[in-house]
Amino acid sequence: MDLNNAQQWLSRFFDYIEEHKAYLSELDNPIGDGDHGHNMARGAKAAREALEATPPTSLEMMFKTVGMSLLSKVGGASGPLYGSVFLAFANQLKGQDEIKDPKTLFASGLEAIVRRGKASVGEKTMVDVWTPFTEKLNQAVSSEDIESMVLATKPLKATKGRAAYVGDRSIGHIDPGSYSSGLFFKAFIEAHH
Amino acid sequence: MQGIVIVSHAYGIAEGLKALLSEIASDIPITTAGGLDEATIGTNLPRVSDAIEQNPAQTLHVFYDLGSALMNVEMAEEMTEKNLIVHKAALVEGAFIAAAMIMSQADAEKITEELKKLIVK
Repeated sequence: MDLNNAQQWLSRFFDYIEEHKAYLSELDNPIGDGDHGHNMARGAKAAREALEATPPTSLEMMFKTVGMSLLSKVGGASGPLYGSVFLAFANQLKGQDEIKDPKTLFASGLEAIVRRGKASVGEKTMVDVWTPFTEKLNQAVSSEDIESMVLATKPLKATKGRAAYVGDRSIGHIDPGSYSSGLFFKAFIEAHH
Repeated sequence: MQGIVIVSHAYGIAEGLKALLSEIASDIPITTAGGLDEATIGTNLPRVSDAIEQNPAQTLHVFYDLGSALMNVEMAEEMTEKNLIVHKAALVEGAFIAAAMIMSQADAEKITEELKKLIVK
């Protein structure tokens, strides 16, 4: 995946965020503060504007620009979490003009999420989709695969993040951060093919 | 010199707490990162970093309210040269005690020890 492709990936991701803004916030309502969609859309808009203002000439620059936009504009926990992912990507792709090894790239993102959010598998967070997705990147991953990873967060009981405070009532709801991560993965595999 | 940094999702909380602390400790440098702006709830890295860098003190006691505030504080901590002590104490009570103790010349270690009684996070 070269810079042009990677730009399509992010552009598609931002489109998805915008399209699913209301749904993401709706998912966040029963278990969080109902602002995930709105926050992410604000970040996506800022990132898009920053990329337009200073068109990136490298993968590193592109991910850094997006990471900094999300860190300044999102506001909720998804700001530092997604922001850290993009900064880790930028770091990983320093001096490279192609994404040759997606598995290593996504692993660096997952590591950043874990480091920042201190969550582990099974706590109903982004980690629950980032982990299986990264593991599966050796082979072809389909949108259906991604969908089932996202849906698998539904029966989990949240023990991290704000959703932990609603306890058992978090069971039966898809984790919003996992849903938006699913959109990110979906945009990736679509841009990759 | 020791200072205090207040990080809150709400502008009003951060500014209100600063006003409260200034009542007992008008000489202590206190900076805030409250909300995304005066009207928007949230925390972000640039505002937290600004509060840290604009505080004239080199040793800073940092108090925060909720989850993502800590994530941004930790990111800012990795980027600054200053000596940050991030307290998991109750925001209002913790910051108040720290301000009072800084006023009475207590060192950072003693303050940290005292604030352990108030850990709520």
